[in-house]
Amino acid sequence: MNPLPDKSHPKVYKSDVKPVWCPGCGDFGVLNAITKALASQRLPPERVALISGIGCSSRVPAYTKVYGFHGIHGRALALGAGLKAARPDLNVLVAGGDGDGFSIGGNHFLHACRRNMDMTYIVMDNEVYGMTKGQASPTTAPDWTQSELTPSGTHARPFQPAAIALAAGATFIARAFSGKPNTLAQMIVLAMQHPGFSFIQVLSPCPTFRPEQKDWKNIIRPFAVDALPTGDPALAALHCQRDDGMSTGVIYVEARPVWRRSNMQEVAIEDIEREFRL
Amino acid sequence: MYHRPMNQAKERNSLSVALVGSGGAGVVTVGNLLLEAAAVDGSYGLMRRSAGPQIRGGESAALLRFADAPVECGGDYYHLVIAFDWRHAERFIDEIPLTAASWVLHDPAGGDVPEPIAGSGARLMPIEMQTQAREIEYGRANMIALGLVSSITGLKLTNISRIVSRSLATKGEDAVAGAGACIARGADIGRSLDIELPIPIAQGGVDDRWTITGNQACGLGALKGGVRFAAGYPITPASEMLEWLAPRLAKTGGCLIQAEDELAAVNMIVGASYGGVPAMTVTSGPGLALMTEGIGLAVASETPIVVIDVMRGGPSTGIPTKSEQTDLNIALYGMHGEAPHVVVAPVSVADSIFTVQWAVHLAESLQTAVIVLSDQLMAQSRMVANRPPDVGFITRRVTAQAGAEKYRRYALSVDGVSAMAIPGTTGLSYTADGLEHDERGTPSTGSQDHLQQLEKRAAKLSGFDYGEHWADIEGHGSIAVLTWGSCTGAVKEAIRRVAEQGVAVRLIALRLLAPLCTQRLNQALEGANRVLVVEQTFSRQFYHYLRSQVDLPVCTQCLARPGPLPLSPGEITAMLMADEA
Repeated sequence: MNPLPDKSHPKVYKSDVKPVWCPGCGDFGVLNAITKALASQRLPPERVALISGIGCSSRVPAYTKVYGFHGIHGRALALGAGLKAARPDLNVLVAGGDGDGFSIGGNHFLHACRRNMDMTYIVMDNEVYGMTKGQASPTTAPDWTQSELTPSGTHARPFQPAAIALAAGATFIARAFSGKPNTLAQMIVLAMQHPGFSFIQVLSPCPTFRPEQKDWKNIIRPFAVDALPTGDPALAALHCQRDDGMSTGVIYVEARPVWRRSNMQEVAIEDIEREFRL
Repeated sequence: MYHRPMNQAKERNSLSVALVGSGGAGVVTVGNLLLEAAAVDGSYGLMRRSAGPQIRGGESAALLRFADAPVECGGDYYHLVIAFDWRHAERFIDEIPLTAASWVLHDPAGGDVPEPIAGSGARLMPIEMQTQAREIEYGRANMIALGLVSSITGLKLTNISRIVSRSLATKGEDAVAGAGACIARGADIGRSLDIELPIPIAQGGVDDRWTITGNQACGLGALKGGVRFAAGYPITPASEMLEWLAPRLAKTGGCLIQAEDELAAVNMIVGASYGGVPAMTVTSGPGLALMTEGIGLAVASETPIVVIDVMRGGPSTGIPTKSEQTDLNIALYGMHGEAPHVVVAPVSVADSIFTVQWAVHLAESLQTAVIVLSDQLMAQSRMVANRPPDVGFITRRVTAQAGAEKYRRYALSVDGVSAMAIPGTTGLSYTADGLEHDERGTPSTGSQDHLQQLEKRAAKLSGFDYGEHWADIEGHGSIAVLTWGSCTGAVKEAIRRVAEQGVAVRLIALRLLAPLCTQRLNQALEGANRVLVVEQTFSRQFYHYLRSQVDLPVCTQCLARPGPLPLSPGEITAMLMADEA
């Protein structure tokens, strides 16, 4: 590995592909934060892989100059897990939206938390399906009636990403705001340096289908408690439940054995073939 | 029972033995020990398994056939049946055809002999195996049966004892001693019966012979082909392959992940392969259905993967423990959009090694998805085989090297294959994509990009030289049999039988199902004025597929039956001789 010069610039990590995102989309801030986080760690672009599924935010790999894979809807974590298992030497980042990660990919989210592979998952949560033109997502409030698909609301309790990650066994859980890309960049660095599965829910407004989220910049604030981050799951659960979902910061950090492949004494195929002899 | 026209003329010198009993009675254990002992004595053999859905207490049968040359299918009838009990006999009795020459040795403690068995004309002989076993400390009825069969079939007791001691070693000295006493008791009973059904013994030494199951053979082929990552979700009848692979992948520097579901499994292998490591998943029909979107991603992103589908009865949960060839259509046509990929199928248990190794080679060379269609019949059968020759496929993925100028991942090329940059290669980072893309990989909805990339992905497969491996072809008769997969063994035997009656029939057993080598197939069919298509389906999937791709003679027939009853050599012989009489 050839570390980059000390003054590595975030631009080194940006591609020349123009994002499909609408003006004012929170995801621009997340893209900036990712490239800043990589620059501050001086990671050579070829040592990083950014994996995604489908949705507005899942377009992010092509906008970077690291190795990327834009896979299918909901399966980004599985794609990333396979890559990390096969290539433990790479820094694997997985990114996507709330529909991709918590609805169609919800099962993979639970099991990625449990498995505790050394990778970082960034979910850009705008509480809406943007790419399919504004349907309710798992994090949408039950009384949101702006979608023609659910004209009287979903009547379903919103998915609580941090609390569910905690219950499923994630060892690094944080919440951030796309409007604060520097803070987010620092958080991504912490997450990447955490040994094990790290999860960041980024509140990332959708100005097109959820224009009221423009007000998030006035609502979102850091967790007002000194207790966080904690390694006590009960305490973390308490603060997750008390919060309205708009407080940011690292919530939970736990040191737990990281998933690793068993390193056995290597044998040749001929040795394996011997078991079939009479 | 199934009534089927049968032509047994010149059945090869073989001995078929069925062991039946409730799950947990130990019939599979005895079957394996018998197969091994016969192999050590110099016989070839095949053991198939027929099981019910329950783990304990369900019906279970070990179906063995011994001969003096490799056995690739069951026989027409059973010479000897050992029955511990008849629970759920109606579920498998069709699979054990009998004649008046058959012997049925049954334990009266296991209940009355069911009507279809009693009415078959077979000779019945009650043997109190359970009672005998109870008289022996650590005795078990299945070991009485082992001694019984050994003496009837003329197996060497010294070899049996050695094999039993080795396989029961972990269960302690008492268990070994009990088994030994039971085997001796069973052999004594056998000698008193005056039934002689000798196991045919082959010439030559046994040093270069193997016993291997189809699931193991697929796993071994994958390792030999260079697979070093696998992910899978447990499913009958494929789990055994995953279980065989897990420790052996670890020992060969790779790894296997038990995924949360099949959707994860297929995407994990796409991720691993994107990272440069040849990767595979293993499943059965319901899992393949879940995986189809991921397989399409591998095709679109040009990421090599191998998917092994061990077929079972369908649709839906179907008959999980029994065989069928009915995933052909989903393997060929399951993907949405136009997703050219490769479908291959082994033609025997032992050929699974070669076919899977070849599948890995094709996936890596063509940067696409390869589906391997095995089935329960082959996968859970254990065969005595000659040690397969090593084949020298050098798995070669075209990769881009650091310093390449203006790298384009999906560059248009003469053969359609473009160099893949492996993560870690400096200066060549790109984004692999399931969205249609241009040569660089940048998403595109343009008609020109779509057409070019469709042509690229199709040209890779259509222009490739698959060599002689596309099919196994034998003989030159004016009658041709077209078949595939686990039907091949019975077809081969039927062809040998009719040859002895002076009728020449040629065999064309396809190993490469897609893309179909139509030119080669037409050549192989030249001069054939009658064709018989043989397959294990209800709706004749293979027949319709062939019809859609090549012009078959007017006189083309199809012998098709859904699972779980395998087609027997006698039935195929009858079909071949029908117009020759």
